Amino acid sequence: MTGAPADLHPPVAFAGPGDGVAAPVRTAGRLRDRALSLLVLLAVWWIAAGLAASPQLMPSPGHVLATLLRLTRNGDLPVNTAITLARVGVAFVLAMMIGSGIGFLAGRSARVNAAIDPWLIVSLNLPVLVVIVLAYIWIGLNELAAVLAVVIAKTPTVVVTVREGARALDPRLDEMAAVYRLPPLRRLRRVALPQLAPYLAAAGRSGLSITWKIVLIVELLGRPNGVGFELNLQFQNFDVAGILAYGLSFAAIMLVAEATLLQPWERRANAWRRHA
Amino acid sequence: MPGAATLDLRVREKRFTTAGAPPRAVLRDVCFRAGPGEVIALLGRSGAGKSTLLRIALGLDPDFNGGVTLPHGRVGVVFQEPRLLPWLTVAENLRLVVTDGVPEPDIAALLASVGLAEAGSLRPGELSLGMARRAAVARALAVDPAVLVLDEPFVSLDRRLASALGALLVTRARRGGTLVLVAMHDAEHALAIADRVLVLHGRPAALAADLPVPDREDIAARERLRVALLARFPFLAAAEPDEGG
Repeated sequence: MTGAPADLHPPVAFAGPGDGVAAPVRTAGRLRDRALSLLVLLAVWWIAAGLAASPQLMPSPGHVLATLLRLTRNGDLPVNTAITLARVGVAFVLAMMIGSGIGFLAGRSARVNAAIDPWLIVSLNLPVLVVIVLAYIWIGLNELAAVLAVVIAKTPTVVVTVREGARALDPRLDEMAAVYRLPPLRRLRRVALPQLAPYLAAAGRSGLSITWKIVLIVELLGRPNGVGFELNLQFQNFDVAGILAYGLSFAAIMLVAEATLLQPWERRANAWRRHA
Repeated sequence: MPGAATLDLRVREKRFTTAGAPPRAVLRDVCFRAGPGEVIALLGRSGAGKSTLLRIALGLDPDFNGGVTLPHGRVGVVFQEPRLLPWLTVAENLRLVVTDGVPEPDIAALLASVGLAEAGSLRPGELSLGMARRAAVARALAVDPAVLVLDEPFVSLDRRLASALGALLVTRARRGGTLVLVAMHDAEHALAIADRVLVLHGRPAALAADLPVPDREDIAARERLRVALLARFPFLAAAEPDEGG
């Protein structure tokens, strides 16, 4: 067989009408809407603070910003934020690794699924507070208990999400991998993981937002440092500006982490879908 | 060079079970052997059980009454759907199946042999169905197969491409000693490329014919076989070519 056939010219990718012009305009429009919404929120907050006329009960955005700068300058906020971030990072990575492994096996094997399903039902319905308190009672008021409590509380939701992904793996691609006798690691990395990417991304995004909230409770209940501990301290001092400074700054950091780490990874993992 | 490869397929009966319905036999008494270098065309109307038989031959469906001796050596497969990984480029799809012990293939030459010389960097989503099928053929050849199993590889190809692909399979069998088992439904094309034609027919489908194809030079004998086949199995007449792909 010589020469290229006549149909060799592939269809042009991204050939949708208006593509390349409409998308940036839409993105700019969405950004403008979001900025506007944020400005409205700030305005409402400012007005509410003015009406309350009590900086202690309802501090203005300016007052909270001043507190935030003070806590940053004296080092309290950066240090405690770093400690909390470390706990969130370790717990998140462990929960994702353990949950993904168990979820994948449960999605692929009916026996594994039958074995872990009752555990999942119990753990999903167990209040997070119970897990945290029991971890502190059984292990002690230490870092291990704190991180373990978060991992135990978060892992079941990762298992459930990844299990759905493993169940949705295309059996036709499995057959292809089987007849070509692909090594197990290559099968996992090149065949299964790209199909699981949307499920891992979903587990990761919900995982991050839940993990940091659980970590704050863990710190509030039994750690001598971290944002959760500081929030408790500000609560006891009735310092609403401090509570808002810590709470909002940490939420902002988590949003940035999601936007700069998780979302780009998700976009990269799903880039091929634009061609599909 | 692939080693010796003999396929020994004995299907006494294959049943399909669907919920709420009694088991339904789809294949009965389909037995044949095939050796290295043979090109076997498996013919039959759509739904006759050709794909089911190929799945049994590949060991993908162990739920049948009978036995199958899988050939030694590597197996190259072209499924009815291309089954390329959409997140890999065409060239990466070919490299994916090259495992330890498989000689490093010349990906560019393989793609050129199926008319996809410039498609290596494209993703499957950017290919037409016909191009994707040819990429799947190139992938099957990338493992230097002792056995090549193809399920309707000529669908979606115009006559010229189908003929070129058929010639490629014959060359592979002649020069590489590869056993080629190809399911198709066009008797004329089957006679052009195969050494033997098997016809699945009936309900449940049985092996209604197992005929050697006369030498290429013996045009009269080939024509007699073609006429006889079409007289007995009129559904094997060439269909209108599918959309070029």
